Amino acid sequence: MDFSVFLQPAFSGGGIYLDWVLSGIKWTLLVSILAWIIAFTVGSVVGVLRTTRLAALRAPATVYVEVFRNIPLLVQMFIWYFVLPEIVPEGLGDWMKGRMPMPEFWNAVLCLGFYTASRVAEQVRSGIQSIPVGQTYAGLAMGLTGPQVYRHVLLPMGYRIVIPPLTSEFLTIFKNSSVALTIGVLELTAQARQISEYTFRTFEVFTVATVVYVLITLAVTVAMRALENRVRVPGYMGSGK
Amino acid sequence: MKTTRILTGLAAGAALIALAMPATAQEGTLKKIKDTGVVKIGNRDASIPFSYLDDKQRPIGYGVDICLKIVDAIKAELKMPKLKVEFVPVTSQTRIPILAGGNIDIECGSTTNSVERQKQVAFAPTYFMTGTKIIVKKSSKIKGYDDLKGKTVVFTAGTTNERAMKAYNDEKKLGINFIPSKDHAESFLAVETGRAAAFPMDDILLYSLRASAKKPADYEVVGEFLSDDPYGIMMRKDDPAFKKLVDKTVIGLYKSGQINKIYAKWFQSKIPPKNINLGFPMSAALKELVKNPNDKGVEACGKMKC
Repeated sequence: MDFSVFLQPAFSGGGIYLDWVLSGIKWTLLVSILAWIIAFTVGSVVGVLRTTRLAALRAPATVYVEVFRNIPLLVQMFIWYFVLPEIVPEGLGDWMKGRMPMPEFWNAVLCLGFYTASRVAEQVRSGIQSIPVGQTYAGLAMGLTGPQVYRHVLLPMGYRIVIPPLTSEFLTIFKNSSVALTIGVLELTAQARQISEYTFRTFEVFTVATVVYVLITLAVTVAMRALENRVRVPGYMGSGK
Repeated sequence: MKTTRILTGLAAGAALIALAMPATAQEGTLKKIKDTGVVKIGNRDASIPFSYLDDKQRPIGYGVDICLKIVDAIKAELKMPKLKVEFVPVTSQTRIPILAGGNIDIECGSTTNSVERQKQVAFAPTYFMTGTKIIVKKSSKIKGYDDLKGKTVVFTAGTTNERAMKAYNDEKKLGINFIPSKDHAESFLAVETGRAAAFPMDDILLYSLRASAKKPADYEVVGEFLSDDPYGIMMRKDDPAFKKLVDKTVIGLYKSGQINKIYAKWFQSKIPPKNINLGFPMSAALKELVKNPNDKGVEACGKMKC
């Protein structure tokens, strides 16, 4: 094993191979975090809609979850990148393919975000549905409207309950971001492959990539654990250890 | 407590990988083939007409035919007429690690014999001579590399063409936006759909891709040769017995003139899956190589400095 490979001058673009690793880490974090913002926002809305009593709202949310959850991520990535620009109006398609800034990057963010949203939606739904129905009735009896019951009763508890599974989704998004390499985003795994192609130091390069992924996910785990402790409601389910 | 456990797990995993590493590929390839009864050939999916898939997804091509001749020679050498052949798909990026790792014994595709790669693998005498050019849409009006300033260029990751193009870009400061892709078919798709303005590749592969495109007349192969790319059959390094057998078989095809028949079958006749005739007669450079075979490599960056 010879890790000095990272200090060698890189083949192209000036700098050393370590710069390629750092650039890979940057794109991995950017893709994952932006995708997570989409996933959390869209997922929350869809998850809430799935628990409403209005079928007209529930049905589209169910369709969304089933479509995005049941198509492999890799296939979705290709659909966003290769198929979508061909089926939208030509002007928009040309913009998506040519003039749009960083098309690979934004395609990856949107794809990963909307895919993960379907999973977040299911977590949010299960969180809300695990709250005893009596609490909803109590809220309504106090004169709260439906939306107010969600805002003040169901969501605050629901989110707390699903922090552990949401942590898993958040971790998964960092790992799934490597799928973006298939449409040309030079994130960590892509850079690792590229460096190993140039230097033939496959073992060293992927060792470093592995360690970086583990460090990122450990950091997320620790942060989410801290959040969980911070927002814990004393004496409530699962928090009274 | 938890971190310690995770770290222990990591260490155990690393130790396992370290243990597994040296176990493969140390024995000679012939012994390995004899022990397992299988020859594993690496094949490509869109290196037309060297190694690609027909309409039934079977690997075929100029390189595949030559590889099968080598299999015949191995059968004779080991006196094992029932030797099995297994094809393993590889890409530009995976072919060298997969070969070195022992999961294929030989690769007959469109691999440029470069000095740099010779540090990792060995090559049989050159069996085709080509060089880097670019394919563009006719409507783009791109006539040469300098017209690519500020444009998007797609490349197949792990190819010598990628290096030649990047070295040119660095030297001429063209500010090209590069996007990587997995294989030639996907790279060509990027040009076809307008995602990229150009795709640098060995000219013969560009002509083949154009011939199999939906509207061949829309595309043009332009530019001077940016690099020379001699193709060679790839095998593991430091295995003189196997290399001798492979070299002998390839040179035998050259001396007996059988190579002309194989060449004509793939470059000057109709080939599957679309029954296209590439109409690509043997170049003077290749004729010379057939007369005087050699396995010399080229510098990876072509005409530019690395």
